[in-house]
Amino acid sequence: MAMVGDAISHAVLPGIVLAFLITGSRDSVTMLIGAGTIGVLTTFLIEFFHKKGKLQTDASIGVTFTWLFAIGVILISVFAGKVDLDQDCVLYGEIAYVPIDLWITKAGVVMGPRVLYIAGTVLLIILAFIFIGYKELFLTTFDPSFATAIGISTITWHYLLMGAVSITTVASFESVGAILVVAFLIAPPATAYLLTENLVKMMIISSILGILISISGYYLAAGTDGSIAGAMAAMSGVFFGLAFLFAPKEGYIFKILKKQSAPTRLE
Amino acid sequence: MIIQADDPIVEIHDLTVSYDKKPVLWGVDLTLPKGQLIGIIGPNGAGKSTLIKAIMGLIPNSSGYIKLFDDELSNVRDRISYVPQRETVDWDFPASVMDIVLMGRYGKLGIFKRPRKVDREVALDSLRKVDLEGYKDRQISQLSGGQQQRVFLARALAQQADLYFMDEPFAGVDAATEKTIIKLLREMTERGNTVVVVHHDLQSVTQYFDWVLMLNMRLVASGPTAETFNTEMLQETYGGKLTLLSEVGNLLKQGAFPSREKNEQVKS
Ligand SMILES: Nc1ncnc2c1ncn2[C@@H]1O[C@H](COP(=O)(O)OP(=O)(O)O)[C@@H](O)[C@H]1O
Ligand SMILES: [Mg+2]
Repeated sequence: MAMVGDAISHAVLPGIVLAFLITGSRDSVTMLIGAGTIGVLTTFLIEFFHKKGKLQTDASIGVTFTWLFAIGVILISVFAGKVDLDQDCVLYGEIAYVPIDLWITKAGVVMGPRVLYIAGTVLLIILAFIFIGYKELFLTTFDPSFATAIGISTITWHYLLMGAVSITTVASFESVGAILVVAFLIAPPATAYLLTENLVKMMIISSILGILISISGYYLAAGTDGSIAGAMAAMSGVFFGLAFLFAPKEGYIFKILKKQSAPTRLE
Repeated sequence: MIIQADDPIVEIHDLTVSYDKKPVLWGVDLTLPKGQLIGIIGPNGAGKSTLIKAIMGLIPNSSGYIKLFDDELSNVRDRISYVPQRETVDWDFPASVMDIVLMGRYGKLGIFKRPRKVDREVALDSLRKVDLEGYKDRQISQLSGGQQQRVFLARALAQQADLYFMDEPFAGVDAATEKTIIKLLREMTERGNTVVVVHHDLQSVTQYFDWVLMLNMRLVASGPTAETFNTEMLQETYGGKLTLLSEVGNLLKQGAFPSREKNEQVKS
């Protein structure tokens, strides 16, 4: 799953570029639609190579996203001269520019950072999606054959989920850049997985971790005068490391302590 | 030897199933009776799981058709329960026992609806039947193999179906749990439900099943256990594995079924 998210975050690049080339617009909705489409296509290709091409899942993911990403890069370099869409901007959206990139209405009213609205909208969409489809997402992920047997379309939900991952990825991509997308897609849930075994709590803890990482990362960057994205990625590593060592049940230290005390067996 | 059931609940006609154009089940043609405990036996790779999956519409048929309750699957889904092989899911998934059993209610709930109080009650009742009531809040990753199997069974019970297909419910289960499960399945058939079980252990076949289905890529036998489960059919189903067969032959002659000792596999 983490791998697929990572893959999509790279593979959506040609989607963004194509959406831009076709419509000539850099507005966020266009980008999101382009990226969402490619995200679903990526999922489809991964499945296709895995099922029909008999590739292992990881190989299939690797092949799919590298060449889609490559296509994206080629598209950018070919059209770079003509379009106002530079490699840096798409590949490494910069979180430091967020406050400068304002949404100003036609009447000239300054509404605040543009990204805030995009990310906020995506957040609402994703929350609604999880809230409405929780039961189906839960079942199709855990036991696809049972889901199919009771008449729930596993494939539909898989694509919806991947579509959601794509939209999230792209919205974030554009605003904070690739490093943070990958770091935040994987580190908070992986950390939360060490802290709880309940899916709902896991999602809540992931979100809280995301906020903690952002804040602490920001102050780390401010203190060291370093890159914000880099500092946040580093903090996500720190939080994971702490959970890895000190988590109540899954933690390394707890496990060592447990080994030393009389071994109790769970029945 | 294929005996047809009168008033069949499952009808399979000339079913062929293939993976990548390679057929793994050939021309299966059979009927199964209502209200019985039915065993599917056959060597590894015989297509037992494939047969169940084909019935549940999880893999497409190359040819033939299947009728359940004299109807199409899509019209009677909520009357049918499927228990996949235990190893097909990730038991490290962050979920509690109750979460899994409630899945048995999803079909009845329909899309987007949340489990109601009645659903929780049915789920709890199902857990009680498999002796896991006290485990409802336990994480599934902390269960032993036998307990996982019983959770799957409880989920199936929560479906309140009429026809059950279970893939190897006795795999990795200790003798005591196996007894609990078989007793439960018996009670279900006595209430008029039909239970079809993929089974591995030849020694208990005559003890457990009313009807037996012997499979090895094609259907070798289907009929009441007393009439079909004999050395000749076993020979045909299991082919050259003679040592095993003569053992079973002896057992059949003596009519004795020694008790087995299996260790419950506790997940470390
Ligand atoms: N997804 C699959 N793709 C290709 N071949 C498969 C697949 N699943 C099962 N098979 C093959 O089909 C045959 C029957 O498998 P299965 O129904 O699982 O046997 P059983 O349950 O009787 O052990 C085996 O030869 C197996 O290798
Ligand atoms: Mg099998």
